Formats: sequence, structure tokens, C-alpha cells
Amino acid sequence: MSAATNEDRSLGVTLLILLGGMVFGFGLALSGMAKPEIVLDFLQFDDLGLLFVMGGAAVVSGVVFFVATRFLDRAPLTGRAYTRRLKSMNRNVLAGGAIFGVGWGISGICPGAAYASVGIGNLPILWAVLGMFLGAYAQGYVRSYRADDADTSDTVPTD
Amino acid sequence: MITTTLPLVAFAELFPRGIAQYAAGGLLIGLGVATIYLGTGIIAGASTFLESTLSYVSDVPRFNRTKYLASRDWRVVFTLGIVGGAAVYALAFGEFGWTTAVQPWRLLGGGFLVGVGTRLGKGCTSGHGVCGVGSLSQTSLVNVATFMAFAIGTAQIVAALGVSP
Repeated sequence: MSAATNEDRSLGVTLLILLGGMVFGFGLALSGMAKPEIVLDFLQFDDLGLLFVMGGAAVVSGVVFFVATRFLDRAPLTGRAYTRRLKSMNRNVLAGGAIFGVGWGISGICPGAAYASVGIGNLPILWAVLGMFLGAYAQGYVRSYRADDADTSDTVPTD
Repeated sequence: MITTTLPLVAFAELFPRGIAQYAAGGLLIGLGVATIYLGTGIIAGASTFLESTLSYVSDVPRFNRTKYLASRDWRVVFTLGIVGGAAVYALAFGEFGWTTAVQPWRLLGGGFLVGVGTRLGKGCTSGHGVCGVGSLSQTSLVNVATFMAFAIGTAQIVAALGVSP
């Protein structure tokens, strides 16, 4: 549970996150994921190209995580240790995955792709952005005032 | 030479737009994650932004957890970067202003479920699908298998009902 330090707000960190976000968003647009039609083509088996998008991205991140956690010391701009993205398993992971999947299948849009879609000037996607915020608010409101939520504190503060 | 052309025909049917743009886009998505990770140690996902940003306007306890308050500023920067990077692509390749034909009710309703599901399930296509799978996290692999199965099933039903695009 490394809480954010003041270093997280330094200009260098901010600029690097902006740069990384831009590369990430450029890739989403180039890959076609910013277009719901292309995602729906994949989910309906008309074009399996998205296998190369998620596969390519996961391979790159996998290699980088592997090398950094084994051979690199600490992140230069923050002093953070390099970790893998490991979340605890509970029923919410399954229920959330199922609900997300239904929503993705209906709309052809996921969070990062929706932001990228705004970037390519696709105004109707704002309906999806509004929907995502409403959904995030609804689940947060319900879970905040219910005692039996399965959520446990994660060891890796990411995502 | 039917034996050599058959696989090519099948390939063309599965990948009617080719694979170059898909693979290049995927590599860049991974490169964006890697850039932030190598410099800062931060593993950036796209869906936490939905909750951490709500803390600016909502007092609901879940959105005001320490880790969200600590990361909400850079998450806004990350999201603005995604918007900006996509805009650079669209302007450079003359695609700016492309508009989806998917109906607003599907974007709003599907988006609502995406908002619920990604936050309940601890991540989305980037957090679980790229970073979690890249970490060989069992939790992430289970989540990805689940959302893929449900997304494919749902999209097939939507298509079977004649909803188009």
C-alpha cells in the first residue's frame, strides 16, 4: 500500500504520464478500438484483428514487467518499487467481469477506448462516457452503504 | 495449388482488414503502459479514473478512499493524454470527426454496465487485459476470460436480434 508521495505530483511525473497516455491513446486509435463498430466486428467474429491488439499490448507489458521486477532497482522518478499487477480474487471479480462483458457486447466500448474515441472527435461516444460515470457512481454508492461487500483492500494500488 | 491458397482465404476471412494496424496499435498501447511504468512504477489502468474523478464532486466514501484521492490528479492527466494521443492520430491520418453509428441507447446503457462491471471487477481491458495478463495474474486471467465470454455472447445475441450496426 504505497501511498502517493509528493514525488507523484512532480512536473516530471506529470509530463511522463501525459506522454505515456498519449502513446496509449494513439495506439488505441490506430488499432481501431476507438471505433465501437470494429470492436463489435471482433465480438461477432467478423474480424479477429483485436486479438493482435490485446495480445501485442500484453506481450509488451509482460516483458517490461518481467525485466523490471527482476533486474531493475526502483523507478527513477518516484522511488517506487517495481511490482506486478496482482489483485485478490473474490466473487466481485467474476460478477464484475460478467457485467462488464455484457456492457461491452452491447456498446462495443470500454473505458480507455471511450476516452480515445472522444479524441478522434466522435461526439456520440459521450453517451457512453456518461453511462460509464453513472455506472461507476451507482456501484460506488451501493457498495459504500452496504456492509456485505466482498471488496478487500488490494495490495497493489493501481488500475 | 488449392492446398496453399485455402489457408490464405481463411486468413483473409478472419482478418478482412489485415493485421498490421492492429498489431502496431497493440504495441503502442503496451509502449504507453511501459513508459509510465518504467519511469514511475505506476501501473496505469483506464477505469479507476471513473471512480477517482467522482471524488472531486461526490462525498460517497468509496470514491474518497486514500488511494483514489492520492492518484486522482495523475489519472486526469493520463486520461487527457489518451484523448490527446487519439486526436493526434485522427488529425494526422485525416480521420478526425469520425462518428459512430451505434445507437445512443446502446452507448448509454452498455456504458452504464461497463461502469458498474469494471469497477466491481477491479479493472477493465487495460488493467486486467493488458497489465494483469502481462503480470500473469490469475485473478486477471479469470476476469478477462469472463468478460470475453459474456461480451461475445451478448454481441452475438444483439446481432441475431437484427440490431445494426
